[in-house]
Amino acid sequence: MANFDQELDASGLNCPLPILRAKKTLAGMGAGQVLHIIATDPGSVKDFEAFSKQTGNTLLESREEGGKFHFLIKKA
Amino acid sequence: MEQKKLAIIATKGSLDWAYPPFILASTAAALGYEVQIFFTFYGLKLLEKKLSLEVTPLGNPGMPMPMAMDKWFPVLLTALPGMQAMMTAMMKKKMASKGVASVEELRSLCQEADVKLIACQMTVDLFDMDTSAFLDGVEYGGAATFFEFAGETDICLYI
Repeated sequence: MANFDQELDASGLNCPLPILRAKKTLAGMGAGQVLHIIATDPGSVKDFEAFSKQTGNTLLESREEGGKFHFLIKKA
Repeated sequence: MEQKKLAIIATKGSLDWAYPPFILASTAAALGYEVQIFFTFYGLKLLEKKLSLEVTPLGNPGMPMPMAMDKWFPVLLTALPGMQAMMTAMMKKKMASKGVASVEELRSLCQEADVKLIACQMTVDLFDMDTSAFLDGVEYGGAATFFEFAGETDICLYI
């Protein structure tokens, strides 16, 4: 697992909450910092891809582990 | 890149139909859109400070019912007193158990993200609505107000 600066556990939350919480957390972070998001919503896999594409932040990693989805997003 | 814009017309005042406008508006705002929602007719119920939204299976054959009620429960019985309150309670419980946000939560996320909420002045007058029951910060306007923004949007939805 790569390094990250902040972690957001969005387990149990459904669309669109993981995205909204991620956006809020990223707003409080500095450019170049990395956010680790944990989610259980299967829709979040495509949603975080789309979120990154549209906001200019970089999705460094997206993987499933133990029934949970992990994302690493680098703030633009 | 110029900021994208989304306009939504919200016309429905039931618990289930409160979701699409607030989900889409809050998500679009998170993606960097400038968003306005124009509330008209029954949609104005979504602006009340204290929400009292309900859901009804009446006239909605597509609504999934708990315990396969739609298979054996005559439609007429869903019109009985108390049924609407019961269905509403069950729906809210289901949503909470699935991690779906409450309408209140999504709505306040919209407000935090500066989504502009516009109430249809004509509807307010038509139904003699008490505007003191509405959220602070709601603006009032008519069709022309809506088009001023809608005409410049990338996406415009009627819900």
